[in-house]
Amino acid sequence: MLHERSWHAHLALVLGVAVFAFPIYMALNGSTWDAGTIGGGRMPLYPGAEAAANYGQAWFSGEGARAKGAPVSVMMINSFLMAVIITLGKVAISIISAYAVVFFAFPLRMFFFWMIFITLMLPVEVRIIPTYAVAANLGLIDSFAGLTVPLIASATATLLFRQFFLTIPDELVEASKIDGAGPLRFFWDTVLPLSRTNIAALCVILFIYGWNQYLWPLLITTSPEMETIVIGITKLVSTADAHTDWNLIMATTVLAMLPPVAVVILMQRWFVRGLIESEK
Amino acid sequence: MRKRVIFNDKALPYLLLLPQVAITLIFFFWPAAQAVYFSTQIQDAFGLRSQFVWFENFGAILSDPNYLSSIRVTVVFSVSVTVLAIAPALLLSVMADKQIRGATTYKTLLIWPYAVAPAIAAVLWLFIFHPSVGLLGRFLVAIGVPWDYALNDAQALLLVVLASAWKQISYNFLFFLAGLQSIPRSVLEAAAIDGASQTRRFWTIVFPLLSPTTFFLLVVNLVYAFFDTFGTIHALTRGGPGTSTTTLIYRVYVDGRDNLNLGTSSAQSVVLMLFVIALTMIQFRYIERRVHY
Amino acid sequence: MAEVRLGGVTKQFGAVRVIHGVDCTIADGEFVVILGPSGCGKSTLLRIIAGLEQQTSGQVFIGPRDVTLVEPKDRNIAMVFQNYALYPHLSVFENMAYGLKVRGTPRAEVDTRVRRAARTLELEALLDRRPRQLSGGQRQRVAMGRAIVRDPQVFLFDEPLSNLDAKLRVQMRVEIKRLHQSLRTTSVYVTHDQVEAMTLADRLIVMNAGRVEQIGTPLEVYTTPASTFVGGFIGSPPMNMLSGRLSASGDSVELGDTAVALAGAFPTHAGRPIVLGIRPEHMSIGGRSRLSASVELVEALGADTLVHATTGSAKDIVTLRLPGDARVDRGQRLAIDVAPANLHVFDRDSGQRLGR
Repeated sequence: MLHERSWHAHLALVLGVAVFAFPIYMALNGSTWDAGTIGGGRMPLYPGAEAAANYGQAWFSGEGARAKGAPVSVMMINSFLMAVIITLGKVAISIISAYAVVFFAFPLRMFFFWMIFITLMLPVEVRIIPTYAVAANLGLIDSFAGLTVPLIASATATLLFRQFFLTIPDELVEASKIDGAGPLRFFWDTVLPLSRTNIAALCVILFIYGWNQYLWPLLITTSPEMETIVIGITKLVSTADAHTDWNLIMATTVLAMLPPVAVVILMQRWFVRGLIESEK
Repeated sequence: MRKRVIFNDKALPYLLLLPQVAITLIFFFWPAAQAVYFSTQIQDAFGLRSQFVWFENFGAILSDPNYLSSIRVTVVFSVSVTVLAIAPALLLSVMADKQIRGATTYKTLLIWPYAVAPAIAAVLWLFIFHPSVGLLGRFLVAIGVPWDYALNDAQALLLVVLASAWKQISYNFLFFLAGLQSIPRSVLEAAAIDGASQTRRFWTIVFPLLSPTTFFLLVVNLVYAFFDTFGTIHALTRGGPGTSTTTLIYRVYVDGRDNLNLGTSSAQSVVLMLFVIALTMIQFRYIERRVHY
Repeated sequence: MAEVRLGGVTKQFGAVRVIHGVDCTIADGEFVVILGPSGCGKSTLLRIIAGLEQQTSGQVFIGPRDVTLVEPKDRNIAMVFQNYALYPHLSVFENMAYGLKVRGTPRAEVDTRVRRAARTLELEALLDRRPRQLSGGQRQRVAMGRAIVRDPQVFLFDEPLSNLDAKLRVQMRVEIKRLHQSLRTTSVYVTHDQVEAMTLADRLIVMNAGRVEQIGTPLEVYTTPASTFVGGFIGSPPMNMLSGRLSASGDSVELGDTAVALAGAFPTHAGRPIVLGIRPEHMSIGGRSRLSASVELVEALGADTLVHATTGSAKDIVTLRLPGDARVDRGQRLAIDVAPANLHVFDRDSGQRLGR
């Protein structure tokens, strides 16, 4: 191996880790002090004693001196449902459409492929107002369907599966045909099990994508019962000043980060794979 | 590229495509078409009648000083975020690629910010830079810096850039690391035998070999700064003070939702669509040339 | 078990015709090898028999049944692929059982049949493994196991040994032969390897450029090749091909200024340009022949000695296979002798054999 001056590397990396971790530490710290201490600008750099009270209050009521939010428990469930529906929905519809495009010959095959492909160029942010109008006309405001279905179509996931399907050897399909399996059987018995790692990797990425959605939920949900946690937090900070319930905000923030960060760290292998593969 | 072996069922493929195609038509193509349609219409104050006005809306937005200011903000913002998110990521990935102890631990500790929602990243940085509450905000005020991002345009922009770049470093780090790990060790060893110093090896061999990754990340980061930072801006500054942090996306939202101006909002959407199409095509030109080594 | 019959089978990919009308009958229980260089259409022909490829015209019969338009799964065939095509996510047992399971065979019977096949192929110890945990030879055996558990009417082999190393290939060849001798299932086997073809086949179908060049037992194909292609393709080193002309009487060949007498006469082709084929092993030194050559290169292989020489008359390069103890030096002039019965005469324009 080449000679490396490794203390350089350690220094840079430790610095990097510190810059990444610092805001999180401050948030954790903030969630353990009372609102008055923080608001008065007197929060020390070590944890306080209010953690249980803050997290309890955030989780069960979500209401502080000024904050009038939904309880974190409700928002977490909403976020979780939204993320899971988006994840499973995207995986399901994109794997079957990729299967159709790769393993069948039919008129308009390329037309459909390009139609899906072009959606890469139409991110929701770009067509936000007319999309909102469509969803409103369909009566999807304040519903889980409205929150998730418009986000479920995904060119990226379809392209990823297509790419993978193209690597499945032709002979495997032929062996299946001779063994007597039709297209659905082949999909269920062979393609799906072979796609397991791709599905797992994609699920990690999509869960984070779903959990972190912002603009669309902001438009499509209006009632507190439908609020997702990311939206909920920013509503709490909308008038950030000394009297804001910083303790509740920080407890909520920590809770909001927990699921996606845990997914990334616990499923690191799938996450890295999913991220790199889905961009190819 | 396509398969030689296929199934010949007539109806099944359409059935399999149906869900995705239906959602795509209803929520992608129909709204996009509407955006194009409304961008050529002017509605009366009650939204009852509309009139075809060719490109008048485009003329209106392009001569609107607010819109022009948004373009400026977007350019400054996107370029800053891209540079600030790519440079440290490159440095960190080069360090993490070295055969040092704890490399995998560092990797784990460096990738998780990817999972933090842009809006949450904004709240985290807000809590640090708030002039009366935040640790660094109070520090800046204490040493005499007139720090208040709620009033100062440049400071607001700086904070939004910081929060946006911070979150994106992880992503770039992972891609650089993957790029570095795909460089064959033998190439580096050959250069070392040729007598190139470590720094020289980096700039003459590693960096050129990473150029496809770098280019890819430039495009992706620009897209990120354009579209995915809405949450950061909405949570931190609401586009203010004034319009100092109102990017193009933020303006579409404000014009469409708050100002209810369908015509100009749609015209803005169309402009953005053209922009995304251009970026996507650049990206594909690049993917074709991607086989670099 | 059943015979396989092809009637006027053609195949076209777009404008390119890759099979130009193949007719042949493979008898019940016969082991037939389709041999030819890559791109000759042999694999396509096999895939047409399997139903994986749709022929452009012609018919396929398996037994008395016209299966031309029948799906692969309903043709009662099994196929062994070059890359094995094992299901990577299934164990050896599940791989072999899959075809039976899809057909709804009762579990107990599946179990019996898979275990019986596993015993035949000595796979019993590997039944719980995944394909990636197996060696190349073991994977090949599993692929064969998957074929035999179904007890089909016809086995189809698509270059099944070409991914194995040389030693294993010989071993598997013997196993396939033995398997066929015990099961007696009609088998069609595609390969480009002539040694495989000669050793395995009851009969050979030699193909070139989408056409059948010759059908016959390995020995027939070797001793009386139907064309210059077959003569050159089968046998190693390949048959020497010398350009010449039939004499006016048609009973000898003129090679430059040398005349070589033939065993028979071809009066219909008298005076026509021909190609004279001589196998390296049929050339010897000395005797009455006037065919002379000078030695360019000598390869002593132990059992044999290969001698590459240029003929004095026609400046053709010929290869001789001489006994291992033959003493030949570079530059030496040789008088080459060939028994007239071992001379093959082909029409130069069509490449077709004259006579016999």
